[in-house]
Amino acid sequence: MTNPYSITRLKFVVVVKRNPNQYERGMHMTESTKGSGFAIQTFSISRKFGDLVAVDGIDLSVKEGELFSLLGPNGAGKTVTIKMLCCLLRPSSGTATIMGHDIRKDPIAVKEVIDVSPQETAIAEHLNARENLSLMGGIHGLEKEEVKKRSEELLEMMGLTNRAKEQVRKYSGGMKRRLSIAMALVSDPQVLFLDEPTLGLDPQSRRSIWEHITELKGKKTIVLTTHYLEEADSLADRIAIIDEGKIVALGTPQELKESVSDMQVMVVKAKNLTSATIEGLREIYTEVKEIEDGIEIRAKEVSFSEVVDYLRPKGIDIESTSQKQVTLDDVFLRLTGKELRE
Amino acid sequence: MRFMELANRNFKEMYRDPLSTGLVIGIPVGLLLILQTLSRFGSTWAPTYLAPGMVIFGFAMLTFSSGMILARDRESALLSRLLTAPLRANDFISAYSLPYIPVALIQIVVVFAIGGLLGLEIHGNMGLVFLVLFVMSIGYIGLGMILGALFSEKQVPIVWIAVNLLTIFGGAWFPLEEIGGVIQSTMNALPFAHALYAARDVMVQGVGFSNIATDFYWVLVYTLVFFTVGIFLFRRRMVE
Repeated sequence: MTNPYSITRLKFVVVVKRNPNQYERGMHMTESTKGSGFAIQTFSISRKFGDLVAVDGIDLSVKEGELFSLLGPNGAGKTVTIKMLCCLLRPSSGTATIMGHDIRKDPIAVKEVIDVSPQETAIAEHLNARENLSLMGGIHGLEKEEVKKRSEELLEMMGLTNRAKEQVRKYSGGMKRRLSIAMALVSDPQVLFLDEPTLGLDPQSRRSIWEHITELKGKKTIVLTTHYLEEADSLADRIAIIDEGKIVALGTPQELKESVSDMQVMVVKAKNLTSATIEGLREIYTEVKEIEDGIEIRAKEVSFSEVVDYLRPKGIDIESTSQKQVTLDDVFLRLTGKELRE
Repeated sequence: MRFMELANRNFKEMYRDPLSTGLVIGIPVGLLLILQTLSRFGSTWAPTYLAPGMVIFGFAMLTFSSGMILARDRESALLSRLLTAPLRANDFISAYSLPYIPVALIQIVVVFAIGGLLGLEIHGNMGLVFLVLFVMSIGYIGLGMILGALFSEKQVPIVWIAVNLLTIFGGAWFPLEEIGGVIQSTMNALPFAHALYAARDVMVQGVGFSNIATDFYWVLVYTLVFFTVGIFLFRRRMVE
């Protein structure tokens, strides 16, 4: 798909390069990253599956204590990136360091400092919550007393104390997911990977997990992958928007939204809109998106009177018009020419 | 000994599924009770001859059980999560094998105890019989590691049928000599028949270790090979 906003994209890259955390391509791969202040650095990391390039030369730097989000649609390469950083997938080229340890050369050292909450709920179904936490603490080398203490804290934090003795196969989806996240925390990792932690959860459970993640902010380096805009927007210190295996934008949520500050979004609510009317409107504004009971018009400048003057003579009964705040979805649309939720 | 935590989980996973654990011990005992009723048709159906075969047949069920738990975890996200912990391939194989060793010991003891009640006689060194069967049980568990590392949860039962047939045709239910031909030659190349030759020679003829050394080492080498291959295959699965 062609990108009608390529000039704006160039402008955005300039914004990103001003960010002091941005990794410089010229940095030598073998340079020690210990004590650099970066928890994670990737060096043109790529992964191919046959002819499919799932991750295409990604360069990233994540500061210690930062909550960094990889935002992108399904199949964008988020999980593959995480799996490479966790030493579960071998990069086809390039490499990465986690707390200074190279994922290719020293995977055991990398595994000593990380923990992961995978996309799927990964728990031992026949164990109870305490036993699951004990398992994870034990295989990461924690002393029994420490595991016990941390387990109780985490069960309390995740609201699972009351049912901690039950085999977890009897838990609801939300409870299992909360336990799955707690299992990633029990080893007190320096770097925590949360791969789509709220995927498929109801809004209440999702909000509860967001609260727990917020509590961890600043205490750990967290890499969060998600395709929920609001999740990345509300939780992340910085966001990398990933599409077709490449980073297409990087910055704070505010920086990303400001990069499309020259764009206006107008929402028109009207029930009797026809396809012909919408097509006609597209001759004035190229980007007209159908939404429930109306349309969204995106352009550098949307004229209220022009839209109303076009619709009214056609017998369209306009219920309301409003100006919408620019969202990360708009950023993604501008950068890739497609919607994040596609 | 971080892997012991995982071994502990696998042990719990096994005993919290009492039906499958019950079958692993119950089936060889049941078969011994049924088949020994045919002893009036010949000595090969007598408990002394049958018991080692039934024990070995029970070990084949350990292959199934250990292979299934590994395959199931491998297919679920749990093993992916476990693989992000600082454990090595041999730690994983140890953790998935160890819980089955007590089960193998229980199988040997229960089958021989029931056999004893039915008139089983051991003319040679009982410890030697125990040693041969124990090493063979480890081999069967190692075979389960290969199955679990190579095949999916749906494929393991199909491949396990082949392991079962090799066990039966290896002489677990009837003497291999009565079959003869290519089957006997093939089975002699595998360890299962050698474990039976060794156990039966000690039990029936009362021979010592020197007489069964070849059979014993045959079993031992195969057991080591099964575990080496299992670790190799698992290592390949750890990073794709």
